[in-house]
Parts: sequence; structure tokens; C-alpha cells
Amino acid sequence: MVLVYTESEGGKFKKVALEAVSYAKGIADMMGTAVTAVSVNGGDTSELGAYGASKVLEVSNDALNNFNAEAYADMLSQAAKKEDAKVVILTGSANCKFIAPLVAVNLSAGYVPNIIDLPSSTSPFVVKHSVFTNKAFSTTEISTDVKIIGLAKNAYGLKENQTSITAERFSPELTGNSVTTVVSVDKATDKVTIADAEIVVSAGRGLKGPENWGMIEELAEILGAATACSKPVSDMGWRPHGEHVGQTGKPVSANLYIAIGISGAIQHLAGINSSKIKVVINTDPEAPFFKAADYGIVGDAFEVIPQLNEKLKVFKAQNG
Amino acid sequence: MKILVCISHVPDTTSKINFTDGDTKFDTTGVQFVINPNDEFGLTRAMWFKEKQGATVHVANVGGPETEPTLRKALAIGADEAIRVNTIASDGFSVAKQLAAVVKEGGYDLVIGGRESIDYNGGMVPGMIAKLTGANFVNTCINLEIDGNNVTAIREIDGGKETLSTALPLVVGGQKGLVEESDLRIPNMRGIMQARSKPLTVKEAVDASSETQTVTFEKPAPKGAVKLVDNVDDLINLLHNEAKAI
Repeated sequence: MVLVYTESEGGKFKKVALEAVSYAKGIADMMGTAVTAVSVNGGDTSELGAYGASKVLEVSNDALNNFNAEAYADMLSQAAKKEDAKVVILTGSANCKFIAPLVAVNLSAGYVPNIIDLPSSTSPFVVKHSVFTNKAFSTTEISTDVKIIGLAKNAYGLKENQTSITAERFSPELTGNSVTTVVSVDKATDKVTIADAEIVVSAGRGLKGPENWGMIEELAEILGAATACSKPVSDMGWRPHGEHVGQTGKPVSANLYIAIGISGAIQHLAGINSSKIKVVINTDPEAPFFKAADYGIVGDAFEVIPQLNEKLKVFKAQNG
Repeated sequence: MKILVCISHVPDTTSKINFTDGDTKFDTTGVQFVINPNDEFGLTRAMWFKEKQGATVHVANVGGPETEPTLRKALAIGADEAIRVNTIASDGFSVAKQLAAVVKEGGYDLVIGGRESIDYNGGMVPGMIAKLTGANFVNTCINLEIDGNNVTAIREIDGGKETLSTALPLVVGGQKGLVEESDLRIPNMRGIMQARSKPLTVKEAVDASSETQTVTFEKPAPKGAVKLVDNVDDLINLLHNEAKAI
């Protein structure tokens, strides 16, 4: 059995979770087995059947109302044992990266994160994952009985696979003796996060000052994108740390990454390298980013971006 | 309070990545090694606890003798003692088992590691140490305050942050935010001199299996040339019709 943890937010499954189900189905087919999903307060779980899950464990437990890594890890470990899962799939979300090492210890299982493709073989179990912050890939064998997979975002994609799904209630035994409690959550609910975004609009020192971000935010809003920034910009306090992307900041695996006024230091490029399409807008034609990008405009952001915003509004009005 | 900071010895962020021995080993030729940046934020926060709250700070890593200059640098920044577990770091889980043995033996109240190392990006060592030693665990930690046994930590979540209340013993997966970039310390001459006489203990490894084995490495295929356009209409057209990204 292949077990996949499907994260949801506000009763809706995250796209990365559906991607993980698609991937789980791919592995299950290779191994001649089926996919069981695990959903905590997930709302309508029938959607998981569309991507290949044939069973879903619906979990509700007061200890899981707030995110508690220990409790979530124990719940998943118990689900894996109950289903006799040989493969447990998680995503690269902040919460998944928090709980995966705990689950690995619980199950004495080898864990490999940032996996970008189906295993090349399931016996031995060999996977490919990004290392050196996307500057290289490693092909790695997981030799334990149970394997924990951390699936990279946007690598495998959504694959529909209509499967008849049955739901089952699952009540894990959680001791609830973790002393860690959530005091408060500070999260903008009206903004797309870098982790979930299909499109990321990012700007750097070329913007000259924090007061000039209005046009960047406007561009992001038109495209339904998340906003991000380069390291110097967050170091100078022009933008919050949470927006810093790059090797020591957040990784970006978007469909489209638009870099404005960012020269493209090697550490920045490493962090955004797994994005599919990269666009650069910079005054300096020698900026290293042009070597890493798919499309580019050599030009001043203060001229190009307002034009781009106006034209995109027209485009969006015509193309929905 | 006894603090252990786990130090990963990693190639500098500007390093060119190459492989050798039939693409099975990282090629260290001409590579400058540094303290893993995420660990350095943790080490600097640990120095703050040392100076303001009287903590003792030890650093540890798992690796061969070639990693000692990185530990000496941590001592020069201000750590009191260093421990090197003398074995090749083969995968995250085995490193965590080695460090968990160090933590149990040393009776540390707080263990700080980086959210991930910038070489293998496993992001698993701090969580595994926590589970193996029965400590509490906060990952992607961007703020850490300790009062007696009580801990208030802020962690980064997707799209925001979350404030947690927890207690020692604690393991933290740290990153920028624990301290700011401008708080990082460059060792001064006095620190470097003192570091030479601080204890650096070499410990033999405990018996620990590896759960994963690297088969080969490869580099991404070279990228095609950028398509330059001189107006936004062309850009929108290409993104829509060619790249299908909007």
C-alpha cells in the first residue's frame, strides 16, 4: 500500500496534495498496489479519487485541530502501520518538512526529500532528487522496508486518474502529552503564498527603494501571483524576510518566475532554478540572470512594469 | 543552560558543483568550505544566549579530519568546545543518530541545527535528533526566547509565521531570523588565537546504519539561450502562446 498525506486548508485540498496523490498512484501502479490518502479535517474527500486514491482515512481528533508536529507525525505513523504502507508520501510544504523526519524515526524508515520523478525502480527503490539547492541531482537508493518520500512541488504535476474511492474514519491514539502549543498564527489569508503560487513576481535592488513596490504588487495581483524579493532587499528591510527567495531563503518552484531588477547572484539562481519558465527584466544586459532565463527584456523596470501591467490587464480581460 | 550547535561543513554558496569518481562523489577540488549558513544563524543566536544568559555553547559535527577548520571557525566565533564525530557523514539519518548519541551523553538542554544544509538539502537532522532523544522540536525557527525551562519560538509557515510555546529540552531547526544577517560575526584575531587552545574532542562513531545510499550524481542539462524581446506585447504573446505560462 502507498500512503499519501493530503494537506488541506479551509476545507480545500492544496494543489501540492493532489499532486502527491497523482504521484502516489504512479508508484502504486509500479508496485501493483493501491493508494490510501490521509486527510485531517479535509472536507469533501471524494476529490482525491479523481487523482487515483482508492481509499481515504478521514481523521478527526482534537489534538490535531492546531498543527502539532508530534501529534501529526504519530497520526501518520499509525496510519502507515494500519495500512501496512511500504511507501509514505509527503510534500515539500513547511508542515510536511516539519513532520517527515519524525515519521521517519517512528517507522525506522529512510527519508528522501525534494524528489522530482517517479522511482526508476521500486526494487531496489531508487529515486531522483535535487541536491545542492537545485545545482545538481542525486539518484539515491532507499534501502529500508518503509520509504518516506518528500515530493518536490510542480515536478510531477497533476494527473487525473478517476478511481472509485471509499472513505473510512480513522481515530489514532494520540497521547496529547506534547508540551508544544500554538500561541498565535500570523498569516495573510488574502495573499497567495510563495509555497503555493503558480506564478511568482520577484524584485530586487533595481527597484531603488521600498516605496516603489506598488507596481510589483499590482503586477502580482493581475497575475494572481505571490510576491518575492532578493536577499539584499530583505536584508535592508525593504521587504519582509518571508519574501526572500534563494539559497538561504525560500525555494521557488513556480510555473513562472518573473525577476525584476535582480542581477542573478548564483545563490539567488539556485533558489529559483526549479521554476519552469523564468523571465528577467533588467537594465544591465550583462546581468547573470539573462543566462538563466527563458525570456528577457533589457530595460528599466520603471518604464517596463507600468506598461506590462496595463497590457496584462487588457490581456486578462480578453483571456479570462 | 547547555547548548549544542550542530555544524555542517558545506561548500561555500558560490561554489561550482562538480562530481568525480564516475559521478559518485562531490568534487572538492578548489572548493572553499564554510559553516552551513542556516547553522551559522543558530550559532550566532547561541552566542547571544551565552553572553546574556550565561549559557555554555558546544558545537559538533560528523565528518573526517578535513572538517576541523570549520569547527575551529565556530570556536573562533565564540563556542566553548567542539566535538567531531569521526566518521563519514553518509546520510541524514545516520548523522542524526551520531549527533543524538552526542546529545544524550552531553545532557544538552537546547540543540540548534540548521533548517537544512545547503549541500544535500535533507532538512531532517534536527527533527530526527529531537525524536531520537525525546526532546521537543521546532522547525524553520525564526525567533527563540528562553526563560528558565519555558520557550517561546516563532516558526516560519507557508505564507506567514506561527508563535509556539514549548519547553526545554528542545531541538531547533534554525534559519535566518534567529539572528539577522548583520548580526553574523567574522572571527577576530583574538578569537582565532583563543580557538587554537579550546578543546576539540574527537569521538568515535556509534554503530549506526545508513537508510539511503547515493547511486550517482548529475548536473542539470545546460540551458538554452534567453529569448530577448524589446516590448511587453511580445513578452505577453510568448508567455501565453509559447510558454503557456499565463
